[in-house]
Amino acid sequence: MMSDLTKLTLAGARDALKAKEITSNELTGAYVKAMEGARGLNAYITETGDKAMEMAKASDAKLAKGEGGALEGLPLGIKDLFATKGTLTTAGSHILDGFVPPYESTVTANLWRDGAVMLGKLNNDEFAMGSSNETSYYGPVINPWRRKDSDAKLVPGGSSGGSSAAVAARLCLAATATDTGGSIRQPAAYTGTVGIKPTYGRCSRWGIIAYASSLDQAGPITRDVRDAAIMLGSMAGYDEKDSTSVDRPVPNYEAALGQSIKGLRVGIPKEYRVDGMPAEIDALWTRGIEWLKAAGAEIVDVSLPNTKYALPTYYIVAPAECSSNLARYDGVRYGLRVEGKDITDLYEKTRAAGFGPEVRRRIMIGTYVLSAGYYDAYYLKAQQVRTLIARDFANAYAKCDVLLTPTAPSAAFGIGEKTSDPLAMYLNDVFTVTVNLAGLPGISVPAGLSSDGLPLGLQLIGKTFDEETLLRAAYALEQAAEFKAEPKTWWTA
Amino acid sequence: MWVTQTVLKNQNKGTLMSVDQDTVRRIARLARIAVRDDELPALAGELNSILHFVEQLNEVDTKGVEPMTSAVDVTMKMRDDVVTSGNLQKEVTANAPKSEDGFYVVPRVVE
Repeated sequence: MMSDLTKLTLAGARDALKAKEITSNELTGAYVKAMEGARGLNAYITETGDKAMEMAKASDAKLAKGEGGALEGLPLGIKDLFATKGTLTTAGSHILDGFVPPYESTVTANLWRDGAVMLGKLNNDEFAMGSSNETSYYGPVINPWRRKDSDAKLVPGGSSGGSSAAVAARLCLAATATDTGGSIRQPAAYTGTVGIKPTYGRCSRWGIIAYASSLDQAGPITRDVRDAAIMLGSMAGYDEKDSTSVDRPVPNYEAALGQSIKGLRVGIPKEYRVDGMPAEIDALWTRGIEWLKAAGAEIVDVSLPNTKYALPTYYIVAPAECSSNLARYDGVRYGLRVEGKDITDLYEKTRAAGFGPEVRRRIMIGTYVLSAGYYDAYYLKAQQVRTLIARDFANAYAKCDVLLTPTAPSAAFGIGEKTSDPLAMYLNDVFTVTVNLAGLPGISVPAGLSSDGLPLGLQLIGKTFDEETLLRAAYALEQAAEFKAEPKTWWTA
Repeated sequence: MWVTQTVLKNQNKGTLMSVDQDTVRRIARLARIAVRDDELPALAGELNSILHFVEQLNEVDTKGVEPMTSAVDVTMKMRDDVVTSGNLQKEVTANAPKSEDGFYVVPRVVE
């Protein structure tokens, strides 16, 4: 019974709780046990099993009375980028040593308002800077998936690698995540899970540790598209504490699922079909096109001519904003402190000890491109190209409703395989980063296995604030793909 | 794939700007991150390869293009100009590595 409970989807568990077939105590207990038995994956930085059992008890009391919110009694994992009141919050960085927020992020507050249960805080790349979860101060997360006939350890993608690994290994029903250049969608693709990054402004950024404020957006990683719709419905909403959050009603996303996609115009951007793309990624994409066509969609060829400038644009805009956002870590107000002979020495020593190599690299690039004499050549130029990239999408959407692309250029790779070359690592986000620059919603849906037996994802990109059409198309894709593969549970002791 | 080829092409082309070790030291100082002298050559190499990569943007014609200032086109809401929070000295200093009587403690800054 206990192991069966972790097989339920979020929607399945919700329905079973409402029908009183199970209790949150049983469900949460099963997840606490699974979490504690999977420490070898390093998915959680902080486990809060006792708190989870208390929250489950409170939920059971509500459920017994026929009360409770949309997520009542459902145990979730929280990316360690979300501030959680009274629980250590590290952003995967040494510099936030011992930081216990006296406040709760708006997104997690929304989840608790709806009755969700917190299992713990999930590992991530330091300050969400990375594509493999290898830059975390707390060590890499191990992907529960392995290549066929191999026990080599693979990355779970990043930066939300703890979230993707925990959902894939059934160490939580669903997880929160954040996406600045692909950090929800790429790890979802690497682990056979679903990840949606909503439109910029759909979820409040308040209480989420900032990386690049004009790109950062929260979203869920889940087992399937329905679960993503349910999670997003709770996470989203206007928040007066975030001036960039958008004041518009949150639709019932779940109601969009299952509606026909007959006549839906699906754009295929030709610039994403590139020389040297692995044949199995190309074949998966072609299959995706055929599936949507068979479901009644109309396939339209579109052009996004500035696609190849997206990564260079990102690696100016994101470091620039990061250098500004991370100026706050000074060894004085919170976290790590290394004493110095004067205040400047204290700052410099603290920041040298507290930031890992990738974060230091991005702060320095950002500092350089914003420094006197270089601002116009780099930052202003990048923001202009960003306008052109957004314009490409606007032009494409004159002809189509959603876009279909691969999520990532490869399946999950080995731990340590790409850490020596920052640029090779950056290329993992080539298909996802455009979406952040344009502020659009995007979702990754597991669509097949590589020849090595690893999951591969397809990405759908939607129009601004049209998550409903995006989810409707994603659900149709999921129905057609019938992705049922699961990793073998080799990690339990 | 094409991105890889583009990067390599760009790295061979030489660029408008290239950072030397003195510049790296200056950037580190601006960023308030202590960097040892023996780290400078490797850091300069890494920063240059990223800068070469992003300098591809020079080939894009952006004449007359407005820089993007907001990812989504919305009018920012105004709120009433009133105090909504305060008296949080204890909470605000609770995470400080060193504090005394509700104040942060730092090395002496005035002689």
